[in-house]
Parts: sequence; structure tokens; C-alpha cells
Amino acid sequence: MKDVAFGQYYPVPSFVHRLDPRLKLLFLIAFIVAIFLASNFYGLAVCAGVLLVAILFSRVPFGKVLRAVRGVVFLILFTAALNVLFYRGETVYWSWGIFQVTEEGLIFSAFLVTRLVLLVTCSSMLTYTTTPVALTDGLESLLTPLKWIRFPVHELALIMSIALRFIPILMDETERIKNAQKARGADFESGGLIKRVRAIVPILIPLLLSAFRRADELGDAMDARCYMGSKNRTKYKKLRFTWRDLLAFFWGAALITGVVLLRVYMGAPV
Amino acid sequence: MHAIEMKDVAFSYGEGAFRLNKFNFTVEEGEFVAVLGHNGSGKSTLARLMNGILAADGGEIRVFDTLLTDDTLYDVRRQVGVVFQNPDNQTVASIVEDDIAFGAENVGTPREEIGRRIDFALGAVGMRDLRTAMVARLSGGQKQRVAIAGVLALKPRVMVLDESTAMLDPRGRREIMDVVLRLNREEKITVVLITHFMEEALLADRAVVMNRGEIVMEGTPADIFERHEELVTYNLALPRIGAICKRLQAGGMPVADTLDAEKLAEEIVRCVS
Repeated sequence: MKDVAFGQYYPVPSFVHRLDPRLKLLFLIAFIVAIFLASNFYGLAVCAGVLLVAILFSRVPFGKVLRAVRGVVFLILFTAALNVLFYRGETVYWSWGIFQVTEEGLIFSAFLVTRLVLLVTCSSMLTYTTTPVALTDGLESLLTPLKWIRFPVHELALIMSIALRFIPILMDETERIKNAQKARGADFESGGLIKRVRAIVPILIPLLLSAFRRADELGDAMDARCYMGSKNRTKYKKLRFTWRDLLAFFWGAALITGVVLLRVYMGAPV
Repeated sequence: MHAIEMKDVAFSYGEGAFRLNKFNFTVEEGEFVAVLGHNGSGKSTLARLMNGILAADGGEIRVFDTLLTDDTLYDVRRQVGVVFQNPDNQTVASIVEDDIAFGAENVGTPREEIGRRIDFALGAVGMRDLRTAMVARLSGGQKQRVAIAGVLALKPRVMVLDESTAMLDPRGRREIMDVVLRLNREEKITVVLITHFMEEALLADRAVVMNRGEIVMEGTPADIFERHEELVTYNLALPRIGAICKRLQAGGMPVADTLDAEKLAEEIVRCVS
């Protein structure tokens, strides 16, 4: 299987793995809010510190964590480059036409890059430490109030967990189809952008076809196992709030307070 | 008692395709029946009719005392578990125990009972140590055993295997057959094994051959093998070793039927000495 870091569960027993998925989801939201609230490097440093502690407690190796960042490295570099070249500032180091590299621009880019890296890392930490099932259970539980307005919470959660279950299968399948088309002389490596995009069509169509066939078979298998929607359904795994969750909760609350205080007292990065 | 009784069942996929017409088939409680047939013989349709995934156009399907109707659909499905062909397309959850729990959760089983059923099902398929493993990392044979366990969690009385070994390697096939035999012998689960592998049919109490929506041969696996020339007309060939057995028997050497090269060698030695 091709190595997809993002969205893969990393199975080790750890403090973070055992946390209630609902708390982890809320923690992630709080963390993202904190990252956006952080108006200077001190704020980001606090976020990074909190994240670092989370990584240490999760026992997920750093290499694994960095791999998640590698997946979006192009996006990060692109954002950084744009900001370096277009940010207007006082101290100009170099300029050419509309491009201008300024001290402020460099600082701002660094700030943005840190933000992005933190965002990607914290989101992938959630998927590394939480099984897809726990994640969807957590989501289902958090969204339960929406049942009141007849929002299909259970169905949504099931769709999510099935999607997650099929990611590795469809990745494998893509690889297989790609190789099969290569064996028939398809060329995916050369040519311009348009030619390359068009080369994807012979991969996409068999992939879609097979996905439909799989969906059909899975539907039969679910029927055969008496699936009747959320009606009268029980849950094997009950989510339980424990002392660990309480600890993590305070940790998250401290993070937000810290970042807000830093924002109020220390101001903007430049 | 009949575990499954199909009386005058009619079913059609529409113009051009084969159809089941006045189809009669019974499976006794505790029996292990193999249904043989080449592609398109209607054997998979049979599996899907037995627990109401396909609805018959006419006739009656009875599972133990229950007549299959819209109202009893889920009672029937609880009693008749079906394991399908593709090991990748039957699991809804990423973790073994969560997937096994799925069926039991669907019918509203209490939590503690689900836990017990997972224990039971994992034990029955010999996978206790893989309870929290990721399904994606398992071998084909292990995935199919998880599928069997998922069906067992509903405590069915009949298990239908619809070509469940077709996509497995020889080792995976042996794993599944071991489990199926054990379930039949020890848990007294009635088994309907749909397959095109003769070796597997040999293990059954009774074998049935289907062709174009009809049952064309029926008997003990040994009987069916005896009529191997007839099998060929239904696009089913006796495996090589089995064919050699038949030719030896025809030539006057009283070897026992087998599909295993080693066993045949022993048989020949026995006959010669």
C-alpha cells in the first residue's frame, strides 16, 4: 500500500489514544481557534509547546508526524513564496517589477508557515491517535443535538466511517489500475498539465466503476447483517469521560487563555 | 425440521437472463450442503433469495417455521447469515471487533451481550488475538474469517457462503473451510456452501449442481463425482487428481475417491501391494 500519512491511525497504547474522542475533537477545534487567535510568535510558541507535549504523550514517532506535513509541503511553500514576494513593508531588501522582498514580508511568511505546519500537525495528530470508528462515534455523539431538527446524525457518522474504511482499499485499487494502464502503454509522466490531467481519465473511470460495484456489494452485506438505520440500534462502544479527559480539558483551557493573554498584551507579529 | 425450504420459487432478472421457475430446494437442520455450478448458473441468486436480499417473484421461502415476507424479513436475516465473495467489500468498520459488533448492534443487542458475542465469534473463527487489529492489514483469509465472525455475532442458525473462498489463495481457502466445518460440526450451524471448487464440495453431506437456474444433479459428493462425465456438460470439470481416480477405477484399480495427490499416491500403493 502506498504510504498515506494523513488520515491513518497509528496504533500504540498511549494517554492521548485513550482520551475520549469527543474531547479530542473539541480540543482540535480549540487548538485551531488558538492558532488563529495567536497574533504573534509567542502565541504560536505556546501552541507549538502544547502540541509537542501532546505528541510526546501520544507516543507517535516524530518522523510519522512530519510525514503528514510533507503531504502539504507544496501548499506551504506556495503560500510562503506569494507572501514573501507581495507583502509590502518598510525595509525593502530586493525589488523587481511588482515583486518586493521586505523584512516584514519575510517575518509574516515565517508566521504563516508556522501556522500552517501547526494546523496540519494537530489535525493529523487527531487521526493518528483516534480510530476512525472512535472519531465517528465522537462526532455522532457531539452532533446528537442536531437529531432534534431531524438531521441524520447516525447516517452521516456511518458514511464517514465507511469512507475511512475504504480509503486504503481505493488507494490500492488506484495503484493497480495505474499499473494496468501503464502496461497497456499509458503515459502518466510526460507532457504538459492538460495532457497529464487527461491521462488521469483512464484511471478515474475504472476506479469509479469499481467503487460503485463495491458500494453495491457492501450494501448487500449490510442488509444481510440486518442493518435498518438508526432505529433500535445499540452501541457496543460507549464513550466515557475519565480523569484523563479532565486533565486534557484543563490543558486545553490553559492553552486558549495563554494565547488570548499573549494577544492582548504583546500585539501583532510585525 | 427443514432449515430452509424453497417451494415453487420463481425469480427472473428480466429478459434474456436465466430464470428460476418452480424452483424447489430444501436444506435440513444441521446439514452441510454444497451448491455447485459454473458462472451464471443461478447459485448466487439462490444465496440472495434465502435471506431476502432478492425478493422472489413467486413461490414460498420458509426458514425453520418462518415464512419469508416483508414483515418477517429481519427475523429471517437474523437466522440466515450470508458471507459474500469479496473480502474487502463486507466490512463496514476499520477495526476487527467494531466490525463484528455491527450486526449485533443493528438488531439492538445489549452492550454486554455484544461483548460476549464478539468473544464467541472470534473464538469460533480462531482470531482471538486479532480483536483490535486493523481490517486493512489482514490477509484475505483473515478478512473472510472476520466476515464470518460478523455474521456469527447475529447468532444465525444457517450460514450461507456465497463463493466466499473464490478470491482467496489456497491457504486462505483452507482456513475458511476449516472454520466452516467446525461451525457445522460443533456449533451445529446449518451450512449452505456455494462454490465452484469441487474440493470444497467433497466435504459436504450433500451436493447439488445447478445449471441455468435449475438443479440438475443431486446426491452425496461421492455420487456426483461418480457421474463426472455428466458434470462436464454443465461446464464443471472434475479436478485433475479426481479424474485420474476415476480412470484408475474404470481400469479396475479400486482406489478411493480423492482430490489430493498425496492421498492418491497412498491409495495406489495400497492397491498395488
